[in-house]
Amino acid sequence: MPPSDAQALITFDQVVKRFGDLTVLDHLDFSVAPGERVTLIGPSGSGKTTILRLLMTLERVTEGTIMVEGEPFSHMPRGDRLVPANEAYLSARRKRIGMVFQQFNLFPNMTVRKNLTEAPVHVLKLSRAEADARAEELLELVGLSDKIDAHPTQLSGGQQQRVAIARALAMRPEILLLDEVTSALDPELVAGVLDVLRTIAETTDITMLCVTHEMGFARDVSHRVLMFDEGRIAEEGTPDEIFGDPREERTKSFLKSVLDNGH
Amino acid sequence: MIWDFEWTWQVMPDLMQGLAVTVQATVFGYLIALVLGLAIAMVRRVPVIGTIVHAVMEFIRTTPLLVQLVFVFALAPSTVSALTVGIVVLGVHYSAYTAEVYRSGIEGVPKGQWEAARALSLPAGRTWGAVVLPQAIRKVIPALGNYLIAMFKDTPLLLAITVTELLATARQVGSAGFRIVEAYTVVGFLFLLVSIPSAILIRRLERRYAAV
Ligand SMILES: Nc1ncnc2c1ncn2[C@@H]1O[C@H](COP(=O)(O)OP(=O)(O)O)[C@@H](O)[C@H]1O
Ligand SMILES: [Mg+2]
Repeated sequence: MPPSDAQALITFDQVVKRFGDLTVLDHLDFSVAPGERVTLIGPSGSGKTTILRLLMTLERVTEGTIMVEGEPFSHMPRGDRLVPANEAYLSARRKRIGMVFQQFNLFPNMTVRKNLTEAPVHVLKLSRAEADARAEELLELVGLSDKIDAHPTQLSGGQQQRVAIARALAMRPEILLLDEVTSALDPELVAGVLDVLRTIAETTDITMLCVTHEMGFARDVSHRVLMFDEGRIAEEGTPDEIFGDPREERTKSFLKSVLDNGH
Repeated sequence: MIWDFEWTWQVMPDLMQGLAVTVQATVFGYLIALVLGLAIAMVRRVPVIGTIVHAVMEFIRTTPLLVQLVFVFALAPSTVSALTVGIVVLGVHYSAYTAEVYRSGIEGVPKGQWEAARALSLPAGRTWGAVVLPQAIRKVIPALGNYLIAMFKDTPLLLAITVTELLATARQVGSAGFRIVEAYTVVGFLFLLVSIPSAILIRRLERRYAAV
């Protein structure tokens, strides 16, 4: 059920993103309801990562607006006009959103504990004790309680990614962005990470935008699937519709190519 | 000629005093270079201001240290001691080099680290202080150490602005006692005495930090 704009948590309104001459997102419109879990699929280069990066404010829109909770996100009001948002405006809104990267991006110079407490202490201003308690709780959730004093380099890829998920959750975000979080992992480590995400999906009402090639996982956890092609939504529907009975030729051939690659 | 040990022994206290000045100039000059170089490397990422700073540093690196010393000494008010001028000029000159070292270290920190910091909304102070610089500096400690030795070897230039560091002292006592060869030999030896242990220390650091 695509939400109407009134109840939407995230709205993309005619969003265009260009890198030089390359148009990556082409007048994109879509919205996400609070608590909804949306999976983005589509061929490499179709703009999925760019969507997440725009939400994380790692990139800026070229045209159009992104709204989060009815507030302009990429732009801020000045007088009766919207102008590109400045850093202070962005940082106040960015705190509601967490992101997990394909390459984990843990801080290698910090222990697991520090990775998890750095932002809660210095951004949310929790006390050390509160932040530590939160870190311990989250490590239990991801099954790595015994690694709290380890350094990221001492962990396997799968463990690092579970720590990265815990690190994002330590900020208690309303929205969690997941960008191919299992793509960099050895095959035998994928299931452990997906299990953690399934648990989060089942036990929280956090809104998720998830880019993945793990179709089984997408089918289990998502309410809605968006199929992207060349910066536009080629098709959208429930997981059953998209995976069971895709209408578009592009969706069919994309799903076939993913299956052929052994996913 | 015959080496005059007795004379050498007599002038040793003077020479050690000269060495003390040399070490002092090196240590304080180096501290300036470490701190200022880091500040410059960070400011260089700021648009416009960064470009201006870069141009100034480029100028400092392409003109001789000796010229800079003499020039600044001539302009400095007479209330400022020659040693102070020497330390500041050495420090600023070398900060142009240490800034490049820091910059390469900072650029070596993967983009993903900055992005993770941003995704966590870390303020700029924490992003630099807790994430980027610890990773960047670790990698460039050996390169920074090499500039300590290079700076130490440049301190004799201070004699051009009347600082009686080691070489200037040797010239004075050597010509007064007509024992130039002894005096300069001892200078060379004293330089070695400081350089070699420093070099060993730096190699150690290099091995220790290269491992991770
Ligand atoms: N910073 C950038 N500069 C130039 N081109 C970029 C940049 N980021 C992404 N692109 C290009 O944008 C397109 C979409 O990229 P991306 O959003 O990563 O796609 P996807 O995640 O669906 O594979 C690709 O062609 C990519 O090369
Ligand atoms: Mg991508």
